[in-house]
Amino acid sequence: MELKRVVVTGLGALTPIGNNISEYWEGLKHGKSGAAPITYFDTSLFKTKFACEIKNFDAKDYFDRKEVRRLDRFAQYALVASDEAILDSGVDLNIVDKYRIGVIWGAGIGGLETFQNEVIDFANGDGTPRFNPFFIPKMIADIAPGNISIKHGFMGPNYATVSACASSANAMIDALNYIRLGYSDIMVTGGSEAAVTQAGMGGFNSMHALSTRNDDPQKASRPFDANRDGFVLGEGAGALILEEYEHAKARGAKIYAEVVGGGMSSDAYHMTAPHPEGIGVIAVMKNCLENSGLKPEDVDTINTHGTSTPLGDVAELKAIKHVFGDHAKNININSTKSMTGHLLGAAGAVEAIASILAMQNSLVPPTINHETADENIDSELNLTLNKPQERKIKVAMSNTFGFGGHNACVAFKSMDD
Amino acid sequence: MSDIASRVKAIIVDKLGVDENEVVTEASFTNDLGADSLDTVELIMEFEKEFDIQIPDDQAENISTVGQATSYIEEAKK
Repeated sequence: MELKRVVVTGLGALTPIGNNISEYWEGLKHGKSGAAPITYFDTSLFKTKFACEIKNFDAKDYFDRKEVRRLDRFAQYALVASDEAILDSGVDLNIVDKYRIGVIWGAGIGGLETFQNEVIDFANGDGTPRFNPFFIPKMIADIAPGNISIKHGFMGPNYATVSACASSANAMIDALNYIRLGYSDIMVTGGSEAAVTQAGMGGFNSMHALSTRNDDPQKASRPFDANRDGFVLGEGAGALILEEYEHAKARGAKIYAEVVGGGMSSDAYHMTAPHPEGIGVIAVMKNCLENSGLKPEDVDTINTHGTSTPLGDVAELKAIKHVFGDHAKNININSTKSMTGHLLGAAGAVEAIASILAMQNSLVPPTINHETADENIDSELNLTLNKPQERKIKVAMSNTFGFGGHNACVAFKSMDD
Repeated sequence: MSDIASRVKAIIVDKLGVDENEVVTEASFTNDLGADSLDTVELIMEFEKEFDIQIPDDQAENISTVGQATSYIEEAKK
């Protein structure tokens, strides 16, 4: 059976550096940091007091009062970003076969704030289990794709992928494969997360995963810098419309890029620590190249997982050198997490979008906040430090890895020949 | 309007996101005010909290309109 070709025909984003695609690109291009002191709750007792929150977002601008109460923030973000992507795709929902449109969406955690608040209420009570009837349906990770399909009537395949910070990359790969195999014509995919809560900050803090650079939040996310001290928690959503190529061509759709393949692997090593030699990461990039029909020399850019943690950044770059050999130094490597922070389950989607926008604009967004070289990192690698770099991009790869040792990598190819 | 009736009304307006004018005595939560099964459960829980009463499930099933809610609560608070 011949696999169908799949292209990207719509994009949507709600990120800490921009609340739609054009604002997001402006932020990426100008090296904007989304980090700031946390506004959602009192952080005086918390080790880390800053994060990359979504700014100027009022759910009431998008939803009526009843909907706001029924939707955790991660589901609100999912609806806002997917609406933008659907509109951007120009697909006429009145004439398409909605049984041929599905939604596969990633969330690493889901409705953490809902879970936290309901349990706090219970703990403060007399032991009577008076849980809100919306507690479970608001919290579960799959309610995001569920709500997207309810809103638009999409009756194709519908579920959530959960692989921590690789969740939305896994969602994109599943969506790609379903179209390749002919199960659907269009897939709404991407991911969302809203874990900037007491439970989220406290939980990641206790793992020593977060930066504690409280005196300078905007400089805290500094992937590949010698003085990096952990990731900065972000939140938001990224949405992509994947479409079967002939279907897109027939309706005269604008095509951003072809999704040529995806790689998946597992470290099989430790719950949270990356394998020091990056063996799972080597495997995932090799898988991705093979699945995409690409040679290492074809790759122009890699948007790394690059979270700004001491171990992870080094292991990923070692793996890149291993897979790409001499070509590694020709690749524009960057980490847009330096600007957006780490959007956990939404990271794969927003970073894939950054890769596609870089391709569209022939400009690689920078890895900001680099001050001091890390002696464990090969100085010959081009990490796109501090300033964007012009580059004609034919092939872009995007890496994402999650706690549990989940690795996913997606490859996009320009349609221009 | 009694104090209980106005408090019932305020809860319904808040939880169902409906206009105050729609919350009339005969209005049914599901047929007239757009509530689904989860909204109805939540309303009953809010009544219990607001008026410090217990509404057993078998009796909650009989409360499907604004008027029925008000009468039940008035009776329970006597």
